Amino acid sequence: MSYPDVLFYVFAALAAVSALVVVFARNVVYAAFSLLFTFLGVAGIYVLLHADFLAVAQIMIYIGGILVLLIFGVMLTTRVTNVDLPGGVLKTMPATIVSGILLGTLLRLVTRASWFVEPELPSPEGTTAAIGDRLVTTHLLPFEVAGILLLVTIMGAALIARTNGRRRDA
Amino acid sequence: MTVGLTHYLVLSAFLFTLGILAVATRRNAILMLMGVELILNAANINLVAFSRFQAMNLDGHVAAVFVIILAAAEAAVALAIVLQIYRQHQTVNADTIDTLKE
Repeated sequence: MSYPDVLFYVFAALAAVSALVVVFARNVVYAAFSLLFTFLGVAGIYVLLHADFLAVAQIMIYIGGILVLLIFGVMLTTRVTNVDLPGGVLKTMPATIVSGILLGTLLRLVTRASWFVEPELPSPEGTTAAIGDRLVTTHLLPFEVAGILLLVTIMGAALIARTNGRRRDA
Repeated sequence: MTVGLTHYLVLSAFLFTLGILAVATRRNAILMLMGVELILNAANINLVAFSRFQAMNLDGHVAAVFVIILAAAEAAVALAIVLQIYRQHQTVNADTIDTLKE
């Protein structure tokens, strides 16, 4: 087994195990911090797939942004010792069964299908410049729409999260 | 056995299922959001893996960038809503917030 293959198994195990903790941990804070290791594992997977830009973006945006936001949410809305009680066996059992069937179907599909795989083409100079090129040429419209979406999101989140909706003197 | 496309797809399917399970079984609204993040990460692994094994076609990477943008936007707005719900109901348990049912 070559060195990158060992790394793949390390990162995949890290992501999978910590995702299991996210789903099954009783303590909300443990789940939030376990998500950190899932994101790190996925970033490692990106590196192994030669997606250097996405790996850095994953760390900066997911861990530096989204995860911090989620942990803030956890700390603002739950007591630290709070546990998330599941809805009882009667409610979790159907979901577990359906998820198991879904996983089985996906695994069967993924392993049986004969995917079209091109001979690999390593890119020595990284992907960042090429992604930037595509963002302002072939994918310009989605890029602009994403910018507008982020602007609207900022305004919407600020408006929704405001403490008091109306000013007293207005 | 050398690591190929199938290995990445299996990992992605596993993460996707865990995300679905989290959304379905967790009652805490923030934990449900974490499940959504897991699902989006699984989708991203798929996009990047296919892009890698189809002669490094970078369109998959661009799609993954847009998925990350949407995940950030979704997390911001959803957490704002969850905070407002907590102010109104003093809980974020999805089972006890049933004002619209009555």
